[in-house]
Amino acid sequence: MTIWVFAEEQAGSPTTGSLELLAKARTLGDASVFYVGEGSDSAWATLGDHGATKVYRLDPGDALPSAGAAAAFAMALESDGGDIVLFGAGNTDRDVAGRLAARLGKPLVAGALDIDTSDGVQVISEILGGSKSITTRVTDDSPALVVTRPKAFVSEAVGGAVPEVTDVAMPDAGRSSATITGRHVEASEGPDLEAAAVVVSGGRGLGSAEGFTMINELAGLLQGAVGGSRAVVDAGWVPYSYQVGQTGKTVKPDVYIACGISGAMQHVVGMKGSSTIIAINKDPDAPIFALSDLGIVGDVHKVVPQLIEALKAR
Amino acid sequence: MNIAVCVKQIPDPAAPYELDGENHWVVRPNDQVLDDTDRFGIEVGLQLAETSEGTVTLFSMGPSGSLQGIRQALAMGADKAVLIDDESLKGSDALTTARILAAAMDREGYDVVIAGMESTDGFTGAVPQMISEILDVPCLSFARKVDVADGSVTIERQTTSGYEVVTAELPALLAVTAGVVEPRYPTFKGIMQAKSKPVDTLTASDLGVETHVGQTVASVTDVASREAGEVVEDQGEAYLEIVALLEERKVI
Repeated sequence: MTIWVFAEEQAGSPTTGSLELLAKARTLGDASVFYVGEGSDSAWATLGDHGATKVYRLDPGDALPSAGAAAAFAMALESDGGDIVLFGAGNTDRDVAGRLAARLGKPLVAGALDIDTSDGVQVISEILGGSKSITTRVTDDSPALVVTRPKAFVSEAVGGAVPEVTDVAMPDAGRSSATITGRHVEASEGPDLEAAAVVVSGGRGLGSAEGFTMINELAGLLQGAVGGSRAVVDAGWVPYSYQVGQTGKTVKPDVYIACGISGAMQHVVGMKGSSTIIAINKDPDAPIFALSDLGIVGDVHKVVPQLIEALKAR
Repeated sequence: MNIAVCVKQIPDPAAPYELDGENHWVVRPNDQVLDDTDRFGIEVGLQLAETSEGTVTLFSMGPSGSLQGIRQALAMGADKAVLIDDESLKGSDALTTARILAAAMDREGYDVVIAGMESTDGFTGAVPQMISEILDVPCLSFARKVDVADGSVTIERQTTSGYEVVTAELPALLAVTAGVVEPRYPTFKGIMQAKSKPVDTLTASDLGVETHVGQTVASVTDVASREAGEVVEDQGEAYLEIVALLEERKVI
């Protein structure tokens, strides 16, 4: 089988999500990569080390990649063939996946946690806030297009050789063209949210953006990262890069502390894989308590400062 | 300016969702509600209509039912709605949905198409991108700020580390995040007017779209849920329980 992995470049390297996809791809067959970015010798070495045997590189320059990348990817699939195309949950992954599916007239299965090829292509995902597991069979001709959940697979360096790299020209997207005229990084402090051993998250129950001062302090004392629910990101209290949930990041820390978070389905999907969950919420009926190892029914503005003082006193 | 806004009627998210035993489709009651994530796109459309003397047309696919959700969207101020309701579309995948909506927009005409990023009940999160490809327009996605002026549109597109400024000529599709604007509440007048606003109902064959299903649900099983642990009411010293658990887990 030929398995394609879509890889977007971030800060000069393939995204960690694309390396996770390669771990699955190489167990299913021959792993080819469609790479969007400038690329470098170290990027190719990393992809090879994770099991890629062939790379197509498209450098979009300042064009918004989605339309051109979908057109070029479709041509690569047509010339080289492919059984399954894997995308991560990144924004450009999703944009290219949707446009490619429409271009090829092929179905797209999203939210994949696993893929089974023992009997055709079957995609395993979870629905209804992770309460049901659903197996979807792709009945159409190949390629099957699959968008995966973050951290569905664990990346693994297997010591593969540097793959063959072929340059692909960025097609003229015509009417679908769009240009990136500026790129802005919003600084976030402390450890990487997706890799941290401890995550302290805040929700609407904090009452205001100022509530995050104590969340930052608590996370700092635990060498942890700070997260937030969609509600607080939408309210502008913290940037999108902090968002944990369906439309944000998936975290699986040793300890997750949810402060003033009710536990909406959208949030739970992104953190229910945490080893230990501690929740503080004033509403005794908050759904977050149903999945917490320790739930405190109380005022976050009292409990969190007490906890901070206790940790400082140690 | 013709402003097309994608909306969806969904079962009330406050009630638990049911799947039908045979096809594993979400059971859709007669009274469905407007997907809350659509309110942001509607608001962007209404603001654009106010500055451009435009018309806001809602496009939706799915069972009409009582039209409650569509009326809720019209009550915010949209001018009319086009609803594609067809028994043959039951269980459609995202691509069929996109083909239907794109065909309806082509028929009605559009300068800007606005959608949310994903529905609350389906969340494939690909329909806006698919519509863009079918209509051959740019897909300005994950937009958290939108500016339309002089035939072009500029957005702030969310990225994992911040945002990009992206610009394109019209016609274009805007897929907006929930942070983009504060949606207005319908006024009493708006709610009354919504009752008599035009809602055109079409079928797949009216649009000449053939339904094609490339995937089926093989099985659905329950996922073992986490067991709830201890829940304690704070009497002033509950923080000590957290300290004890953090020690036990060797975090401190």
